[in-house]
Amino acid sequence: MSSVDTEPGTKPPARKNKLSLRARLRRDRSLLLMTVPAVVLLLVFNYVPLFGLLTAFQDYNPLVGVWNSEWVGFDQFVALFGDSLFWGSLTNTLYLSFVQLILFFPIPIALALLLNSVLSERLRNLIQSIAYLPHFFSWVLAITIFQQMFGGAGLLNQFLRSNDMSTWDIMTNPDTFVLLITSQAIWKEAGWSIIVFLAALAAINTDLYESSAVDGAGRWRRLWHITLPGMMGVIMLMLVLRLGNALTVGFEQFLIQRQAVGHEAADVLDTFSFYYGIATNNYSYGAAAGLFKSVISLLLIWGANKLAHAFGEDGLYRR
Amino acid sequence: MTDTLTIERAKDERPVTGRGAVRRRKRSSRPVWEEPPTTAGQTAKGLALGVVVAVVLVPLWIIVVTSLSTQAAVNRAGGLVLWPTDVTFEAYRVMLGDATVRNALLVSLGITAVGTVLSMVVSILCAYGLSRSGSVAHRFILVLLILTMFLSGGLIPTFLVVTELGGYGQYWALILPGAVSVFNILVLRAFYSSTSADLIEAARIDGAGDWRILWTIVLPTSRAVTAVVALFYGVGYWNSFFNVMLYMPTDSEKWPLQYVLLTYVNRGNGLPGSVNSGFGSQFAQTAPLSLQMAVVVLTIVPLLLVYPFMQKHFRVGVLTGAVKG
Repeated sequence: MSSVDTEPGTKPPARKNKLSLRARLRRDRSLLLMTVPAVVLLLVFNYVPLFGLLTAFQDYNPLVGVWNSEWVGFDQFVALFGDSLFWGSLTNTLYLSFVQLILFFPIPIALALLLNSVLSERLRNLIQSIAYLPHFFSWVLAITIFQQMFGGAGLLNQFLRSNDMSTWDIMTNPDTFVLLITSQAIWKEAGWSIIVFLAALAAINTDLYESSAVDGAGRWRRLWHITLPGMMGVIMLMLVLRLGNALTVGFEQFLIQRQAVGHEAADVLDTFSFYYGIATNNYSYGAAAGLFKSVISLLLIWGANKLAHAFGEDGLYRR
Repeated sequence: MTDTLTIERAKDERPVTGRGAVRRRKRSSRPVWEEPPTTAGQTAKGLALGVVVAVVLVPLWIIVVTSLSTQAAVNRAGGLVLWPTDVTFEAYRVMLGDATVRNALLVSLGITAVGTVLSMVVSILCAYGLSRSGSVAHRFILVLLILTMFLSGGLIPTFLVVTELGGYGQYWALILPGAVSVFNILVLRAFYSSTSADLIEAARIDGAGDWRILWTIVLPTSRAVTAVVALFYGVGYWNSFFNVMLYMPTDSEKWPLQYVLLTYVNRGNGLPGSVNSGFGSQFAQTAPLSLQMAVVVLTIVPLLLVYPFMQKHFRVGVLTGAVKG
C-alpha cells in the first residue's frame, strides 16, 4: 500500500510549492469533480453504515431509528457471549477456515508450478482459461452443479444406484460438510488463485536457472533453491491475506447450503449475523455480532502482518 | 522451464492489446542446459492437468447435454444424460415461454447493463481524478477509499442504511450499495498513472482539459484494463443474489435469474426445507430435469459469450491490482 503514491512522473515538488492552494484548486477542479460520484457513493454506503455500528450498543427499534433507540451499552455483547449459538458459529468459522487453509492453500501453488512447466504456450493458455472459468460462476451456480453431481438425485448416486450400491448424499451430511465446502471452494477458486503465483514465477530471473544448471543442479534442486525462494514473498503475502480473512469463509456458500445440512454445521459468523439479526428483526444483536467479527478481523490482519515481518517478508506493507 | 519464463516476461512488456509476434516465436524450444523430460514426469504432468480440465468441463458438458435431451432420454439415463442421443430444444422453448424465467432474464440483463455502465463511469472518473500525482487532496481521497477496504459497517448497518433510504423492494438497492469497488478503481488508477506524462503534458499545451485528456488519450490507451474491470463489474452484477434475498425476497416478479436458479433448481430439487412460494406454470416443485438444466445453461451463456474476448487480458488487470494496489 505504501507504493501507491510512488509512481514515476510526479511533478517536480518545487513547482507544486509555488502555487497557492487556491491556484491548485483552480487547476485541479475537474480532477476533484471527477472523484465526487465515487466518494459520495462510498460515503453513503460505506461510511454512513459505520455510524450504524452504534446500533450494536442499542436496543435498535426500526420504528424510531438510530438516534432515538434506547442505549443499552454492552448488553448486546453480554447476551452474545452467553449465546451457545454464537460460540457454535465462531468455532465453526475457525474450524472451517482452518481446514480450508490447510487443504486449499497449497493447491494453487502446485498448479502454478505445474502450469509454468508446460512449454507450449498455446496449450498453457488454453488450460489457464479453463481453470479460470469457475471463478466467474456464481455460488448459486457452483452449488447447483455440485448438487447435480453429488446430490441425492445427482450423477454419483445415479451411478451407485444403477450398480446396486448404497447411495451417499454428501450434500446433506453435516459430518462431511467441511469437505464439501472445501472442495467447492477449490473447484471454484483454485484456478483463479494461480494468477498471482504465475506472476511471481515469471518474475524470477532466468539467469539464475541457467547458472545453477551449469553448476550441476538438477530440476528438483532448482525448484527448491531458486523457484520456491523466488515465490516466497508472494506466498507469504497470500498467507497473510488468508489469515487476516480467517473469520470470513464464503458467506453465500453457507447461506445457500445452510438449510440442507442444518445450522449446527453451517452457521458461521456472517450467517449468524444474518439469521439472528435481519431474519428475526433483532438488528442490534446481529450488528453486535458483525462488529465483533470486524474487530477481531482487524486484529488478525495486523497480527498476521507482524508475523510476515518477523519472517523478513513485506506482508501487506513494508515496515 | 526457463524458456517459458522468458516468453512470459516478454509478453508482459509488450502492449497488452493484440496478439503480437513474440507470443508465437520459439513456442516450445527448450534451453540447452535443461534435462530432457522423463516419461514418468510427462505422464504425471499430463494426467494432473487433464484432471484439472476435466473437473471443470465435464459437469458443464453433462448439464448442457441434459438440457438438450428429451424426457425419454432423461428417464432412460435415470437422471443426468452423459451423451446426446436425441437432441431437442424443447426445454429451452418451454423455459423461455415461462413468464417468470423470461422476466428474470430481462431483470438480470437490465441490472447487469445499468450497473456495469454506472460502475464503470464512476470508477473511471474517480481513477483518473486520482491518477495525476500532485493534484489537490488526491492523497486524502485515496486514503478515504482504501480505508473502506478494511473498515466496513458490515451487513446489518448497511441493510439499515439502504432500507432507511427507501431501498426495500427497489432495483437500485441491488446496484448502488456495491456500485463502487475500490479494488477496481486502484487497478484503473495504476494504469492511468502510468500513461506517459509527456503525452499528457503535450495535450495540455495544445489546450486539452482533463476531461478531454481522459477521453482522447488515457481511455484509448488502456482498453484492455477497461475491458477487464468491466467484466469484473458485469460478472458481479450478473451473479449477485444476496442483495435480492435482503431487499426483495418476496417480489418474485422482480427476481433476477440467479435467484430463480436458487429457488427452482437448487432448492426445488431435493434440498429439504424449501419454501414453495406459490409459483404456477410449468415450474412446479420439481420441474423436469432438462428444464432445470436449461435454466442453469441460461445463467452461463452470457458469461461464455464475453469470456473468450476478455480472457487474454485477465493477468494484466488482476496483477496491477494485486501487486501495485
